[in-house]
Amino acid sequence: MIRIILTMGVLVAGVTTVMGQADPIAARKNTMKDVAKANAEVGKIMKGEAPFKLETVQAALKVMADSAKTMPDLYPDTAKTGGETRALPKIWEAKADFTAQWAKFGKDATEAAAKITDEASFKASYGAVLRNCDACHDAYRAPKT
Amino acid sequence: MAGRALIIITLAACAGVAGWTLSAPRPVALADAAGLEGAGDAQRGKVFFDAGGCASCHATPGQDERLKLGGGLELKSPFGSFIAPNISSHREDGIGAWKVADLVNAMQAGVSPAGQHYYPAFPYTTYAKARPADIADLMAYLRSLPAVAGKAQDHKLGFPFNVRRGLGLWKLVNFKQDALHHDPAQGADWSRGRYLTEAFAHCAECHSTRDALGAIDPTYRYAGGVDMDGGGWVPNITQAAIADWSAKDIAWMLKSGDTPEGDVVGGSMKSVVKNMAQLPDADRDAIALYIKSLPARAGPPKPQKK
Repeated sequence: MIRIILTMGVLVAGVTTVMGQADPIAARKNTMKDVAKANAEVGKIMKGEAPFKLETVQAALKVMADSAKTMPDLYPDTAKTGGETRALPKIWEAKADFTAQWAKFGKDATEAAAKITDEASFKASYGAVLRNCDACHDAYRAPKT
Repeated sequence: MAGRALIIITLAACAGVAGWTLSAPRPVALADAAGLEGAGDAQRGKVFFDAGGCASCHATPGQDERLKLGGGLELKSPFGSFIAPNISSHREDGIGAWKVADLVNAMQAGVSPAGQHYYPAFPYTTYAKARPADIADLMAYLRSLPAVAGKAQDHKLGFPFNVRRGLGLWKLVNFKQDALHHDPAQGADWSRGRYLTEAFAHCAECHSTRDALGAIDPTYRYAGGVDMDGGGWVPNITQAAIADWSAKDIAWMLKSGDTPEGDVVGGSMKSVVKNMAQLPDADRDAIALYIKSLPARAGPPKPQKK
């Protein structure tokens, strides 16, 4: 009896782990949270609440560029709904455009990272990267409910 | 029997007369209508135009120029669709032939130059608090903008909401033309922020819950609710929800669209930011100061998630 319970427990634990790794909705939400968190640190600089620090800016741009590499693959046909996602069905109807928007975001973040070396170049180039966020969110993210 | 019928007919007639009288559009009595004409300063008026968010509804949809005020945007509501009219300087299709007094009447009384009620989709419930001299400035600015030809479509409303006269009764219950009273406990920045918010920016018109008659429920003023237009949820912007936002965070969001969480605003707020970004920093800071001072108010219960 105890062996059955133990085996069951191991099985359940195993299944949960596999699901955790293969849960694209959770994975993309975590990635988005990382992007927001890194960007919020930069926001403090933009608002003048924190002094300019090149590392903070470069770190955020790297998180953004990295997200653009992994995110497009986190929208398989099997992860359209469930897990409280705000992803709109339009993502799968316009997959090519959706993927292209990620590519543009990644490219813009990478190019900004190369351009930004000091506070002046930061002020000139960072904001444009963020405009990718609302362009894509407007088309593919549902309003909060 | 015949006597009873007569009484009923008489009562119904009285009710009809009373309803008709009560629902009559009441333009504002302007002491100095002629003095306001031509007195406006377009430069100052631009601030009220941007704070008031006129372009968000009246700019012609499907093109990028927010100062082409040809109208045509459709605002969905439980009562039907409201179509924003042409308020460009075009003399026939827009409001180019209006006097300042006409704009004062529209904004402060919700009454058109022809003496008809406007629907409160045009937020005169907010604009009523604007000072006539500031409306004259706004008029001067509106007159400086391009004339756009073509009238917008009529509203698409079902009975009984398509009877404009009925709005007279709605106004009796829901519309108060009270000006803002000076609060001596607050500084000049806060007062300016409150004026720009409560008389122009009309944040509360979206960030509140409305009752069955479409009036703002005071319990949930600024506390968010269902988005009438899009079906989403409009966030609570009182301190119950954004206590961790500083006034600076609010001002920055209004300028850039970026939230302190590192997210960006979406939906109709994007268009609000486009207007707000035009304001001088001091005015945006004043609005932020006022919003930050809104007392904490719990929002309405959210619908159960499926």
